[in-house]
Amino acid sequence: MRHEAIDTTLAGHQERPYSPSWRIDWLVSDILVMTKRNLLRYVRLPQLLVFSTIQPVMFVLLFAFVFGGAISTPGVDYINFLIPGILIQSVVFGSSMTSVGLAEDLNKGMIDRFRSLPMARVAVIAGRTLADTTRNTFVIFLMIGVGMLIGFRYQDGILKALAAVALVVLFGFALSWISALIGLVTRTPETANVAGFIWVFPLVFASSVFVPVETMPSWLQTFAEVQPISVTADTVRSLMLGWPVENLWYMLAWMAGILVVFVPLSIWKYRRLT
Amino acid sequence: MNSINEHDAAIHVEDLRKQFGDLVALDGVTTSAPRGKVLGLLGPNGAGKTTLVRIVTTLLQPDGGAAFINGIDVVRDPQRARLSFGLAGQYPAVDENLTGFENLEMVGRLYRLGRKESRDRAQELLERFDLGDAGNRVTKTYSGGMRRRLDLAASIVGNAPILLLDEPTTGLDPRTRIALWEHIRELVSGGVTLLLTTQYLEEADELADRIVVIDHGRIIAEGTSGELKAQIGGDVLQMQFRTGDDLRTATQLLAGVGASEAKFDEDSLSLSIPTADGVDDLLATVRLLDSAGLKPDDIHIRRPSLDDVFLTLTGQPADASTEQELVEHGTVN
Ligand SMILES: Nc1ncnc2c1ncn2[C@@H]1O[C@H](COP(=O)(O)OP(=O)(O)OP(=O)(O)O)[C@@H](O)[C@H]1O
Ligand SMILES: [Mg+2]
Repeated sequence: MRHEAIDTTLAGHQERPYSPSWRIDWLVSDILVMTKRNLLRYVRLPQLLVFSTIQPVMFVLLFAFVFGGAISTPGVDYINFLIPGILIQSVVFGSSMTSVGLAEDLNKGMIDRFRSLPMARVAVIAGRTLADTTRNTFVIFLMIGVGMLIGFRYQDGILKALAAVALVVLFGFALSWISALIGLVTRTPETANVAGFIWVFPLVFASSVFVPVETMPSWLQTFAEVQPISVTADTVRSLMLGWPVENLWYMLAWMAGILVVFVPLSIWKYRRLT
Repeated sequence: MNSINEHDAAIHVEDLRKQFGDLVALDGVTTSAPRGKVLGLLGPNGAGKTTLVRIVTTLLQPDGGAAFINGIDVVRDPQRARLSFGLAGQYPAVDENLTGFENLEMVGRLYRLGRKESRDRAQELLERFDLGDAGNRVTKTYSGGMRRRLDLAASIVGNAPILLLDEPTTGLDPRTRIALWEHIRELVSGGVTLLLTTQYLEEADELADRIVVIDHGRIIAEGTSGELKAQIGGDVLQMQFRTGDDLRTATQLLAGVGASEAKFDEDSLSLSIPTADGVDDLLATVRLLDSAGLKPDDIHIRRPSLDDVFLTLTGQPADASTEQELVEHGTVN
């Protein structure tokens, strides 16, 4: 019974710092606290991590052994063509889960709690996107490991391979912010889950992730060539296979564009939640 | 009361309005919670209690009027207002995948407490709310009562001078409820200003210095619990007889008992006597009836319920889900 701990004298409270959101150390601290909180979920629910990795592993096996024989990739083993694409696909699907996490928080009243605290506004979403990015990173390395077991080899040295991994991670981070907005708009985990996949499916399959775009009808080819997932897949593939890297700036522009649009939009939506 | 302005009061709302589509949730509410006091907001389902709490705690924008907390306009300066209050919403907001300790530590960090300070505070509060043993368990395994306590603990982690609790005991069993009341009283005795919403007159009576009765977004009565009870008639000694003769005899016999004139109803064969000190009047009644050889079917003291408040104030019962609270102090058969 420590009543002296409940110091409710007003003088004591007015000495408290004012309008904290702009203090950079507090901002960083809030984001770290929220990231840690979201990552603890995977520690407490390891099955979540297991199942979110089973699916990409299945894709690897499915494409490598079932479709792979039917897909021709001139001048390169299909497995070497496939793995860089699979990395993108895992990250894209992984990022689409950001919406579900945020919607769950909304549904369970956690977001109300956070909104009533004097914490930085952006930290709730940033903590979520950063945690999902951390999980994505883990999945990427797992995929590379699985790939190497069934014959994948990066062709142009570890540094370029790591640069490719970094680009995939960053790309996933950018997509997480789109997903965050979807979660805040849909508000329920079920809807968020569905809505999070709808936009991802056509983008992933009408892309150079699994097949060379040259095999598609010409109208689709045009779309498939310019959309961000293809552009990223091409860049990452080039880095890993030692091809000339043509699309790097294009890809970075896509990423920057996504962040410039969706970070402010998500924060705006978060502030307007009721 | 009216002389209190927004800067003196811990919480002050002025002509607060909120509409959801066509539904008017708050229809011009003005009230204040003086510093260090407990304001009880009493109303049935849908009265607008949560809406008011959410506006005051910056979670919802009002359509009209103003709300001040600790003298700070919550619409203009929400971030500064958030340093002044702690909130426990209608549904406990605890992270199911974290332990009790981690939940409190996280909230402490977000309240700008240091790393060590957050940990110490978390441990201290766990012990204070009898969660010491469960502190390292994931809260998914907590019972409803434990979640409530943890939620309450989370709302005071930041040592804020003002506390808002939205129906803190709804859904708890009577023992747990009384234990939670004790915790709340302890907080109040530490000097916190409290705004408490409830559907139970009994709860407002136990905890609040001043009660505001709200229905359909409007204040329909306001005062201390004594004042409200006086308005609705206070406790009643209620008896049921078997025959009209018994009823009439008893009515004459008991003329001197009670605070004011008895009411009898020939149809239902019931007699009700307003009483100020229920148990004394009950004993006197039993002695008188016994000496006359009269035996009622049933006799008990009835405390006014939220329904009585509403019946008296609006002529309509409160919404269906508010149970009638019959407190039986003694039954003679
Ligand atoms: N977000 C919302 N959208 C639409 N209507 C709402 C919303 N929030 C509240 N309402 C409506 O506003 C009215 C007041 O609701 P409020 O939650 O404030 O009542 P309450 O007094 O807290 O009730 P309860 O005791 O059931 O919690 C209700 O009719 C409710 O349906
Ligand atoms: Mg409510």
